[in-house]
Amino acid sequence: MSGVRVLVGTRKGAFVLTADGQRDQWTVSGPHFAGWEIYHVKGSPADPNRIFASQSSGWFGQVVQRSDDGGATWDTVGSDFSYDGVPGTHQWYDGTPHPWEFARVWHLEPSLDDPDTVYAGVEDAGLFRSADGGRQWAELPALRNHESAPSWQPGAGGMCLHTILLDPGQPGRMYAAISAAGAFRSDDAGQSWQPVNQGLRSEGIPDPNAEVGHCVHRLAMHPSRPGVLYMQKHWDVMRTDNAGESWREVSGNLPTDFGFPIDVHAHEPDTVYVVPITSDSHHFPPDGKLRVYRSRTGGDEWEPLTTGLPQEHCYVNVLRDAMAVDSLEECGIYFGTTGGQVYASADAGDTWAPIVRDLPAVLSVEVQTLP
Amino acid sequence: MIRVVLPAHLRTLARISGEVELPVAGPVTQRSVLDALEGRYPVLRGTIRDRDNGRRRPMVRFFACETDLSHEPPDAPLPEAVTTGAEPYLIVGAMAGG
Repeated sequence: MSGVRVLVGTRKGAFVLTADGQRDQWTVSGPHFAGWEIYHVKGSPADPNRIFASQSSGWFGQVVQRSDDGGATWDTVGSDFSYDGVPGTHQWYDGTPHPWEFARVWHLEPSLDDPDTVYAGVEDAGLFRSADGGRQWAELPALRNHESAPSWQPGAGGMCLHTILLDPGQPGRMYAAISAAGAFRSDDAGQSWQPVNQGLRSEGIPDPNAEVGHCVHRLAMHPSRPGVLYMQKHWDVMRTDNAGESWREVSGNLPTDFGFPIDVHAHEPDTVYVVPITSDSHHFPPDGKLRVYRSRTGGDEWEPLTTGLPQEHCYVNVLRDAMAVDSLEECGIYFGTTGGQVYASADAGDTWAPIVRDLPAVLSVEVQTLP
Repeated sequence: MIRVVLPAHLRTLARISGEVELPVAGPVTQRSVLDALEGRYPVLRGTIRDRDNGRRRPMVRFFACETDLSHEPPDAPLPEAVTTGAEPYLIVGAMAGG
C-alpha cells in the first residue's frame, strides 16, 4: 500500500511522521538534531530516500544534513555558503547601506529530476546551488546582483529568500521570493532574473508600479499549470496567469487576507488553501478559531474548513513553509503550527485531525508520497 | 596532548563523547588548537569561528583555568596548564535565558 512521509522542521529539531495510505495511524520519529532550529526538510522528487535538512543555531551557525535512507540516518554535508565575490550592500532597517551577511538557509529545493542537485534560499537573500548532493555550494549570484538589490530591505524576520519554485514544464524557468523584496523569475536556470511584481499593492509603498519592496510570504504552483502562480503576500492573496507578468488579487471573501502559507491541491489546479491570520500585528487566527480556507475556483471564493480544528482559544500561527499536500488519490493536506501541532486531512481539507500535538514550534512541513 | 571540551551540540555534531585530545604542533594558541580541532573534525568548521575571517562566533566563548579567554588574541600562548594537559580548553555556548 502506498504511504506518506511528513517531514517537519521545528525550533528544536526535526521529526519524521509516517503513515500508510489511510493516513490515520502515524509513527513519529525524532527529534533529529535535537536542540537545533530546523528551518526546512525536503525530499528529492527524483529519489525519495534522499532528504535534505537545514539545521541552524544562533550559537553555532549553519549545518546541512542529508539522509539517503528516508530519514533513518543522516550525515552532515557542506555548509559553506560564501557569497560569490565581494558582497555589496542592501538597505538596513534604518535605510542605511548594510553589507550582505549570511545568516541561515531558509529553504531547500531539490531538483525535480536529479537527486544530486539542490537549491538553497538563504538569509541575507541569496540563491545557492549544489550539484553534488549538498557537499559543495555555489551561489547563483545574478539574483543578488540584480540592479534593484541595493534597495532591498529586510522584513521583520530578516531578508530571507524563502520560496524556490522550479517549473516542471519549462527547463531553466524558476521563481524565487524574498521578504521584503518580492518575487523574481529566471528563464535561464538562474543566470539572470527579472522582478515579477506588477499588480502587487503594498501599504507603505506609494508607487503602485514599484518593481520591488513587496513582502511576499509564499508562492505556490500546480505542476500541471506552471504559468499560474498563487501568492500569499503580507496582506493580499494574489494570482498570476502569465508566469508573474501581472498579478490580480483573489482574496475575495476571506475574513482577513493576511497570512503566510499557500498551497495547491495535488490534482485540482484551481483548488487553493490558505490559513488567514488576524493581522501583521496579531499573528494568530481571527477570533481564536483555526480555520483553513479553501477555494475551488482559483481564488476569490473561499470556504472555511473547520472540522477537527480548534474553534476556540486558539492563538497559534502557521508559518510560510509549514503547509504541504500529498499526491495520493484523495489529496492529503498537512500543516504545522507555532504551538507544535501538526494537522492532517486525508480528504482534501474536509476533516482534520492532529498527527502530533506537542512538538516545538513548527517551522516547516513537507510531505513525500511513497509508492 | 591538548584537552578540549566542546558544548553538547557540537559533540553531537562531531559524533564524539567526552573530551577531545589533540596533538598540537608548534606554539599552543587558541588558533592552533582550533585549527587542529577543525582539521580532525571538519564538520566543526564554521560552528566555532567564522569560516571566512576566523573570528569567534558571537555566542561562543573560550575558557581555561577559570579564565575567560574569549577576547584574548588568537595567537597568544595558552596557559601552561593547558599546554601540559593538566587543564582543558573549554569551548562554551553562551547561556540563554528564559
